[in-house]
Amino acid sequence: MAGRAQPVNPWFGGGAAVLVAALILGCLAAVALRAEPGAGLGAADWRAVRFTLWQAVLSAVLSVAFAVPVARALARRRFAGRRMLITLLGAPFILPVIVAVLGLLAVFGLNGWLSDVLGWAGLPPLRIYGLHGVVLAHVFFNLPLATRLILQGWQEIPAERFRLAAHLGAGPGAIWHLLERPMLWRVVPGALAVVFAICVSSFAVALTLGGGPRATTIELAIYQAFRFDFDLGRAALLSCIQIIVTLIAALLALRAAPSGGFGAGLDRPVRRWDADGLGLRVLDGVAIATAAGFLLLPLLAVVLAGGPGLAALPVSVFQAAAMSVLVAAGSTVVLLVLAVPMAAGVAAGWRWIEAAGLLGLAASPLVLGTGLFVLIYPVADPFSVALPVTALVNAVMALPFALRILVPRARQVVADHGALAASLDMRGLAFLRLVLLPRMRAQIGFAAGLGAALSMGDLGVIAMFADPQRATLPLQIYRLMGAYRMEAAAAAALLLLVMSMAAFWLLDRGGRWHAEA
Amino acid sequence: MLRLEGLRIVQGDFTLRADLEVAAGRRVAVIGPSGSGKSTLIGAIAGFVEPQAGRVIWDGRDMTAVPPGQRPLAMLFQDGNLFPHLSVARNVGLGIDPRLRLTAEQRARVAQALERVGLAGFEDRRPGEMSGGQQSRAALARVLVQGRPLLLLDEPFAALGPALKAEMLDLVAGLTEESGATLLMVSHDPADARRIADEVILVAEGRAEPPVATAGLLDNPPPALQAYLGD
Repeated sequence: MAGRAQPVNPWFGGGAAVLVAALILGCLAAVALRAEPGAGLGAADWRAVRFTLWQAVLSAVLSVAFAVPVARALARRRFAGRRMLITLLGAPFILPVIVAVLGLLAVFGLNGWLSDVLGWAGLPPLRIYGLHGVVLAHVFFNLPLATRLILQGWQEIPAERFRLAAHLGAGPGAIWHLLERPMLWRVVPGALAVVFAICVSSFAVALTLGGGPRATTIELAIYQAFRFDFDLGRAALLSCIQIIVTLIAALLALRAAPSGGFGAGLDRPVRRWDADGLGLRVLDGVAIATAAGFLLLPLLAVVLAGGPGLAALPVSVFQAAAMSVLVAAGSTVVLLVLAVPMAAGVAAGWRWIEAAGLLGLAASPLVLGTGLFVLIYPVADPFSVALPVTALVNAVMALPFALRILVPRARQVVADHGALAASLDMRGLAFLRLVLLPRMRAQIGFAAGLGAALSMGDLGVIAMFADPQRATLPLQIYRLMGAYRMEAAAAAALLLLVMSMAAFWLLDRGGRWHAEA
Repeated sequence: MLRLEGLRIVQGDFTLRADLEVAAGRRVAVIGPSGSGKSTLIGAIAGFVEPQAGRVIWDGRDMTAVPPGQRPLAMLFQDGNLFPHLSVARNVGLGIDPRLRLTAEQRARVAQALERVGLAGFEDRRPGEMSGGQQSRAALARVLVQGRPLLLLDEPFAALGPALKAEMLDLVAGLTEESGATLLMVSHDPADARRIADEVILVAEGRAEPPVATAGLLDNPPPALQAYLGD
């Protein structure tokens, strides 16, 4: 279509993209300029770099290794609750880290259920602080993601191929060689790269389950340099290292990543003729039951441990909850104000806008936090703007995901209705109001739900910036844990879980409510 | 009067030339083999396809650089002529004001147009709740309120059954009769042309020929048309 028949004005999206790029690049530049290379990296810093890479490799390999049998079982079995289980595999994305950590401690911790079982058998209890705990939590979060990515690979094998293989008399071994192994060869590197990229900027998991000289990630080292040593120069230097690591990991992931991941159509099982043997059925059953248990037991533990304490929650928790709602609301508004015009701009043909949105993948929350601190410090007290900064950083971190949801739909709406709108002389705001926004409602609701839930559960920048009087709910839970008030922490975690899920559900449903197909 | 003056449209290695005039108030069918460039020709007149050379002139005014929505024409596409999330009344109202800020008098015009096409009382329906024929009628109601002197149809009724398509063509003939609008309609079915078109523009072998009287052309087809029509 001719360029002049364009109903969308791409300038707003272009402006938003420039703002985002300026913010991210500004933070990176501020960090780079503030870094003090004179001091150099000490032994502890190098240990943090090695630990960051090592735990990310372990987390990626274990997540993907466990995900393959689970994805295979889900791909070739039909059973009641299959759809729900697959939906549930998407849930960890919006599950607050601190909630999962409390759940994992309740199941796998020193006084957890598993240690109790081991105790009856006369075995010593588990100790999950340190590398074990960090990797365990990362597998908890990324096993579902890896399963979805690999399941998608399985679903993309056309059903006709399995039919042909069955017709030719191929058994499970032959199918593995003919169809499954080549698919995994294609999909697994991408899944590994994505999980690795997520785990190299791990902060909240390392903060709660790691720590100490032997289990500190770079992000955690930035926080410690900043909070405990008040050494902004070293924090900035560490941030530079983190930028390099994140950037390489993000490039790897973008290169190798399988498309989709939010993809629909995962709930369609393919009829298989090769996997009816009893042995394979038991194997698949065990894989699914183990994965479901691994994912659900910690959540069940949060509910059971948190329930009794709900009635006696301290006032500080409710104040923090109110702060979290405020931050999440602000972050969601910022996210949409940036993402919707950017998606419209991409749909209008300004492809570079999408690249600006991806810049968020190159920065980690603590790096952005350090950069913003450096930038704000000369003009204002950074601690007084902790909440707006948190909301802003959360929005920027959620932006790549929001664009991934919004851009394809915006493109489709413009392709479907652009010519009709142009022939009616409907342009700019009229097109936005009458066509684009109504047709994108479901996607906007979904993106807003993700953004709100991510922000609600975020324990990152806020830990850097908060003073004792101010806390969001995740930070307050962390403080309660630090004070060994585990019952209050568990109850607050249950509250946070409900709030995050409710925020997602409300916005996602709101977008789809009464929406036309 | 519509005049295509030395028009040359290039798309990849496909070139279409047109040098012709259509008199005001005529109903003209554009026929030719598939892939010959019928829709491309209509697209160039509507402003969606940019010609490499030549001019599109309406009543002596050069429209070549005018954006699609500001040309003195109404157009119906092959599909997607209604916004699925807007009610029929709002879809029709877009023909009066693309920002949908309608006065009471304008809303009355929308209701009248719906009545004229046989959709009285359908104001609040969504397109998805109506049959294909009713959707076509709603789109024609919008054409009616647009009140443009030139109407372009790019096979909007192709998905309808033969009886329904004939019904729509008769409705189009009636509407253009009343308004005196000039009609250009793409068709791959000579029967459509015989039904309502005074003249036919044949598009074949990279050229759009000047219009000639329908009956004469179809009864004594030139070789290019004969190849397309078959026996």
